[in-house]
Amino acid sequence: MSWSQAELVAAAYGVVFVFVLVYVAIIAAKLVRLQRETAELLELARGREVAVRRDVTPSVEAADEA
Amino acid sequence: MGLALVLALIVAPEDADQGISQRIFYIHVPIALTAYFCFGLGAWKALLLLWRGNERNDLESYVAIHQGTIFGALTLITGSIWARASWDVWWSWSSNQLVLFLVLFLFYCAYFMLRFSLEEGPRRARSSAVYALFGVVLIPISFLAIRLAEDFIHPTVFTREGPQMTGLMFATFCLSWAAVTLLAYVLYRVELAGKRLDADLRELREVLQ
Repeated sequence: MSWSQAELVAAAYGVVFVFVLVYVAIIAAKLVRLQRETAELLELARGREVAVRRDVTPSVEAADEA
Repeated sequence: MGLALVLALIVAPEDADQGISQRIFYIHVPIALTAYFCFGLGAWKALLLLWRGNERNDLESYVAIHQGTIFGALTLITGSIWARASWDVWWSWSSNQLVLFLVLFLFYCAYFMLRFSLEEGPRRARSSAVYALFGVVLIPISFLAIRLAEDFIHPTVFTREGPQMTGLMFATFCLSWAAVTLLAYVLYRVELAGKRLDADLRELREVLQ
């Protein structure tokens, strides 16, 4: 298959562009995953906080009554 | 990056000998130099890890070598296209420069095989660092091969008399080099930040669960 010089120049620059585009897409996908994981951990941490408050509140009330 | 592209593809004068295909020079050479720089940076961070024992350097070394491998692959692809456009061959095994760069690239590809075959921890960090340091020896050999070989496929452009090109061509090359270096730096920082965030989140998950 014969390629013209202009086509090969376009191919060289195009390959670099595609590589950078794929790289950015991979990074973007990773950021979405990290965002989802952060939200999950935040939920987990909030759940923990609520549980700790429930545990602490009765003992504080008992101490007040005493 | 946009300005560099405009200069490289439109403004810079056409080479009298190679014609339009010489425009690949403005992307191929900066990418190759950036690949060398990334491999060198990876080795430097590996040395710091072995010297000071700072675990942060392990991730920095890994990311730099990862970037170097990406830019190395691009160097091989754009170089191959340029060779086809100018000299009608995709590859030449007789060219020391090409073969040495391929060896350097494959050496650093094997880095990932070593790294991911070991359990995460100080042993993996040290083994990867030692491997990265061995590879740095290939960088000056690969870089100097172009001058030692002096074959038809890789003419020497930068000699002791200065760059063998017009002022505008040289300015375009410098701007392209700056743009590619900046791109590599941004990608390096983004990937490093992502990896660190990933590691922090993993640790946080272990603490919370």
